[in-house]
Amino acid sequence: MKTRRQKSAANVPFSETVIELFIRLCGISSIIFVFGIFFFVFREGAGFLFDGLDLGQFLTNVEWQPTSLNNKRYGALALIVGTFSVTLLAMCIAVPFGLGAAIFVSEFCSPKLRETFKIVIELLAAIPSVVWGFIGLTLMNQLIIAVFKVPIGLTMLNGSIMLALMSLPIIVSIAEDALKAVPDSYREAAEALGATRWQVICRVLLPAAKNGLLAAVLLGAARSIGETMAVLMATGHSVNIPTGPLSWIRTLTATIAAELGEVARGGEHYQVLFIIGILLFTITFVVNLIADLVVKGIRQEQ
Amino acid sequence: MRINGQIGYTTICFFVVLACSFIISGCSLNNNTSAAKNGTTHAIKNKGSDTMVNLAQAWAERYTGISNTVSVEVSGGGSGTGVAALINGTVDIANCSRQIKPKELQLATQNTGKTPQEFIVGYDALAVYVHKDTPLDRITITQLAEIYGEDGRIEKWSDLGISHHKCPSDKIIRISRQSNSGTYFYFREALLGKSRDFRIGSLDLHGSKDVVEVIGRTPCAIGYSGMGYATSHVKMLEIAADYDSSYYAPNLENVIAKTYPIARPLYMYSLGEPTGEVRMYLDWILSAEGQKIVEKLGFVPLENKS
Repeated sequence: MKTRRQKSAANVPFSETVIELFIRLCGISSIIFVFGIFFFVFREGAGFLFDGLDLGQFLTNVEWQPTSLNNKRYGALALIVGTFSVTLLAMCIAVPFGLGAAIFVSEFCSPKLRETFKIVIELLAAIPSVVWGFIGLTLMNQLIIAVFKVPIGLTMLNGSIMLALMSLPIIVSIAEDALKAVPDSYREAAEALGATRWQVICRVLLPAAKNGLLAAVLLGAARSIGETMAVLMATGHSVNIPTGPLSWIRTLTATIAAELGEVARGGEHYQVLFIIGILLFTITFVVNLIADLVVKGIRQEQ
Repeated sequence: MRINGQIGYTTICFFVVLACSFIISGCSLNNNTSAAKNGTTHAIKNKGSDTMVNLAQAWAERYTGISNTVSVEVSGGGSGTGVAALINGTVDIANCSRQIKPKELQLATQNTGKTPQEFIVGYDALAVYVHKDTPLDRITITQLAEIYGEDGRIEKWSDLGISHHKCPSDKIIRISRQSNSGTYFYFREALLGKSRDFRIGSLDLHGSKDVVEVIGRTPCAIGYSGMGYATSHVKMLEIAADYDSSYYAPNLENVIAKTYPIARPLYMYSLGEPTGEVRMYLDWILSAEGQKIVEKLGFVPLENKS
């Protein structure tokens, strides 16, 4: 690497240096953007976070009354529970389907069918989230009313189904890559020992690909936590501790989306919304960190 | 290999430069055309209240037919959004279904150097909606306060003295609005005054029309929205201030006579004393012709002009 660059410095046209510089800038800029965003979000919320906000109340109280005239309460517990419960339920739906689809595509498909499948799954990823929200608000709402005989279909279940469909493409394509990466020699060895196809998948492929599969699931979960528009429209947007899949909920992201438009810049309510942003940042950071550590741990084991 | 690489780089370089020049020329071209447009037509930017967005749109469309030199660009987003845009000086007229707050007035004056001017352009009667199969025709403000307010005592339809067969759970589903809506603030103040808050756990929907649509599909629900949004699937309740007062239906006569308890003025705010095209537009809205559109959309026109 070093020797090549030294050699090129001697008699390489100017354009090459420029392009190299440009590409290097592109690489660095993504780091700068991430830190820049974090810095901005933190700066906007920091004032109230360290001075004024009762963090204990923020994390444990259900009362979200930011527009009250004389008794403002910023309790985000219902929003935090809402975000986690809708994500969890979405993963319960998406993981079996996603991993199943990935196993089917990588192990059972003919090459021609596989190409079609991949295109269709990528098409699923191309649907904008507001369209998912609209489907939830109209079609899924009526379906849930009819099936579960509940008065209103804008529920956690509705949002979870939408989120599951949105995170499926991520889970399927990453999990499929992970299964593909398992060397064919493993399959051949297992089959030579007389293993059935099911045994090959269960005992050989899944353990061998488990770090990739875990990464797929966690990235899908991260997508669900961050999703805004679909859950805003499909979950009822109600400050409420859910008691089951048919409860109405409100998520952290939907609260920011619905309320940030009108708040006075720099006011308490504005800063609290940014503190929610910091919280979301922390949650995704922890999820990614866990994914990283788990994947690394597995790698060292092998 | 090396030669190939160099050719590759030069080609990429060439394309980058080409793309850049396209973008730059594209931008300047756009600027030119929009500048040319501005020479002939004047665009009035109008933003704010979701309650008023249909009305503002109807005015804008009708006015384009009258004056061919002015176009009005209307967008919604909520009263708060309109006022915020006014404070930032990015709109000519802000629509507002509540009065501007003193703090906002001060901010706008500070930021833009111009004091917002207030115009009342019509009235809106807030209707309380229930599903058309609900066996309930009238309700008092006191009862509504117990339904919506914190520590309210009414949670079931039977608490209102009715048996609601279409709603087996008997639980009242409260439909409300997101907290940046002028309708939300007005309804809260009309019901609970300035000291009490809404109970949490209501479904906070994102628009006047959504409220009526959801109620039309949900027999257990109660909600509030503009009078102009009624459909055949919902029913508007007659309202009394308390148990001793008489009930009034949300209609033109009762709002003009000021007997209907939850009616409110609709405001438009211009940045500073309006001049030129903006002045002419506002004058036209306040004229008999503009007010006719107010009535047509289910709102209540100003009394002296109707």
